[in-house]
Amino acid sequence: MTPLLSVENLKTYFRTYRGLVKAVDGVSFDINEKEIIGLVGESGCGKSVSMLSILQLISNPPGEIVSGRVMFDGQDLLQYKSKSDAMSAIRGAKIAMIFQEPMTSLNPVLTIGRQLTESLEIHLNMTPQTAQERAIELLRMIGIPDAHNRLDAYPHQFSGGMRQRVMIAIAISCNPKILIADEPTTAVDVTTQAQLLELMQDMVNRFDTSLVIVTHNLGVVARYAERIYVMYSGRIVESGLADDIFLNPRHPYTIGLLKCVPQLGETRQERKLVPIKGLPPNLINMPTNCAFLPRCDRARDICRQQLWPPLELVGGQHYVACFREIMEKP
Amino acid sequence: MTSYIIRRLSMGVVVIFIVTVMVFLFIRLLPGDPLTIYLNKTDMQQLTEEQLFELRVKFGLEKPLPMQYVDWIGGLFKGDMGQSVYYNIDVRLLMTERLPVTLYLGALAFVISGVLGISFGVICALKRGTWVDTLVTLLANIGITMPSFWVGIILIYLLSVKAGWLPVSGFISPFENFWESTRRIIMPVTCLALFPVASLTRLTRSSMLEVIQQDYIRTAWSKGLKERLIVSRHTIKNALIPVITVVGLQVAFIFGGSVLIESVFNINGIGRLATQAVQNQDYLVVQAVTLVIAIMVVLSNLIVDISYGWLDPRIRYD
Ligand SMILES: Nc1ncnc2c1ncn2[C@@H]1O[C@H](COP(=O)(O)OP(=O)(O)O)[C@@H](O)[C@H]1O
Ligand SMILES: [Mg+2]
Repeated sequence: MTPLLSVENLKTYFRTYRGLVKAVDGVSFDINEKEIIGLVGESGCGKSVSMLSILQLISNPPGEIVSGRVMFDGQDLLQYKSKSDAMSAIRGAKIAMIFQEPMTSLNPVLTIGRQLTESLEIHLNMTPQTAQERAIELLRMIGIPDAHNRLDAYPHQFSGGMRQRVMIAIAISCNPKILIADEPTTAVDVTTQAQLLELMQDMVNRFDTSLVIVTHNLGVVARYAERIYVMYSGRIVESGLADDIFLNPRHPYTIGLLKCVPQLGETRQERKLVPIKGLPPNLINMPTNCAFLPRCDRARDICRQQLWPPLELVGGQHYVACFREIMEKP
Repeated sequence: MTSYIIRRLSMGVVVIFIVTVMVFLFIRLLPGDPLTIYLNKTDMQQLTEEQLFELRVKFGLEKPLPMQYVDWIGGLFKGDMGQSVYYNIDVRLLMTERLPVTLYLGALAFVISGVLGISFGVICALKRGTWVDTLVTLLANIGITMPSFWVGIILIYLLSVKAGWLPVSGFISPFENFWESTRRIIMPVTCLALFPVASLTRLTRSSMLEVIQQDYIRTAWSKGLKERLIVSRHTIKNALIPVITVVGLQVAFIFGGSVLIESVFNINGIGRLATQAVQNQDYLVVQAVTLVIAIMVVLSNLIVDISYGWLDPRIRYD
């Protein structure tokens, strides 16, 4: 089965005054049909940039997608010009996105109704009346009470959680094949977080959409994701089925991440949450060997001598980029 | 909303009151009075003390200051702006003759600066970094630094004296001869609009560039909207919110500019009237001109504040 979307060796760099930032440096991943995947990594490791690159939403300058392919429907999306009609026909219609900041992601001077109906009018050629009716239906579906009257409301009249629901409604409105949620719950409280995740799961099940949940918190994707990609300093360092990652993590970074996640039913005395020591690397002038090396407590000589380790299959669909794994491979 | 407007208007009345009192006092602080200046200029010094006193009584100059102010205000409510000493006619007549000229030039300059300034700013922001942007931004930077009266003199020298394309000065009503009138107002309106166009271009450009970077514009792109729609529906309205404030300020600026520009181009509007009235210490004329300008500025500020609400739904009037 060919994947629905396949990102191959994507590289996105930013030219800044302080130097070249290799925000995404050779990332590959697949999204299958009706699948929920998680993309996990500390803040600043290039998760957002990878996702934005898929839809060519990187502003140039300073950013540039320097190489790679994004295969979707037999077509490399990176061949389209960023502002072309072909690219616009993908965005929102085939691949939709939800962003981290609900407070600033909706236009403050346009009504909720306008922001919902415009995609419907553009992609599904609905008349304003039909779009209006569909918008009310969508608002009901995402659990906004009194949907009929809320169409004329402005974003500032909604809470953060409600705005994020509206974003979900907008994203799902044209029945996309893929929904990318970039840290959709980072800016809301814990209860809302759970509700939003449930809502998204419900929506993608109902519309047969694939979902990418981007997060810096492995705990967030634990309940939902079927497959997980772990990202570090612009690269994928480990990937596999959720069980592989949670039950049999191989990369020291993934192991570190898991130590920061409280387990269900665990009390504070039983196990302390341990943050990974050190800071994420500065993506300017990266060393050519393993970027996790300075923070790694299992480093060996080979890690210092060799270039960055490649991703290697360690069983099933489980891949790890670590010399420890490569050498201990059965 | 209505209560907001009423409150703002009553505040405006207070502002206008303070302005009129200040102008009333300052113009009287200057040495001399309108009569002596008028008589000096017209070689009529041979009047006797008695004749002089009669004239002072005729123009109400013999009363104590507070009485003079009360008389003036009382007159205003009856539609009487008093007598001009220098022109020896009703100030109201003088104003109805001169005000339309200034309003006509000012309104043209205002509309042109709004339309051009905002369009240039939007174009520069959309074509950021191209030669169009570089050129227009450079011109705008030059535009805000050049004094308008100086530009007026240069224009007269180049376009009228050297090239002979446009009449040097003067004003003709557009109802009398539209073509001649237009030829005569090209240079003064250009001078009046120069600074407003330049500053609005710069402000609109930077405001647009700021809005383009906002998260909601990225959202709009992610929805698959075309650039045209993103600019017209999602960007411009947000970008205009800070611009509107400055558009309102231009009203005061244009009135101020007309004081200089009407003198440079020999146009008989209230700007030139104000200059002459100050020189002649024609008290009531100075007061009338200031009053009218103060009212215009207060009203334009009110209109600006109301249009905020129209642009930005987050603003509430209560
Ligand atoms: N517009 C930009 N200009 C310069 N650097 C950027 C820009 N956007 C992102 N980056 C850099 O790219 C790296 C990855 O960012 P991002 O993908 O947002 O991380 P995250 O994993 O938290 O989503 C960061 O180090 C950031 O500094
Ligand atoms: Mg991010």
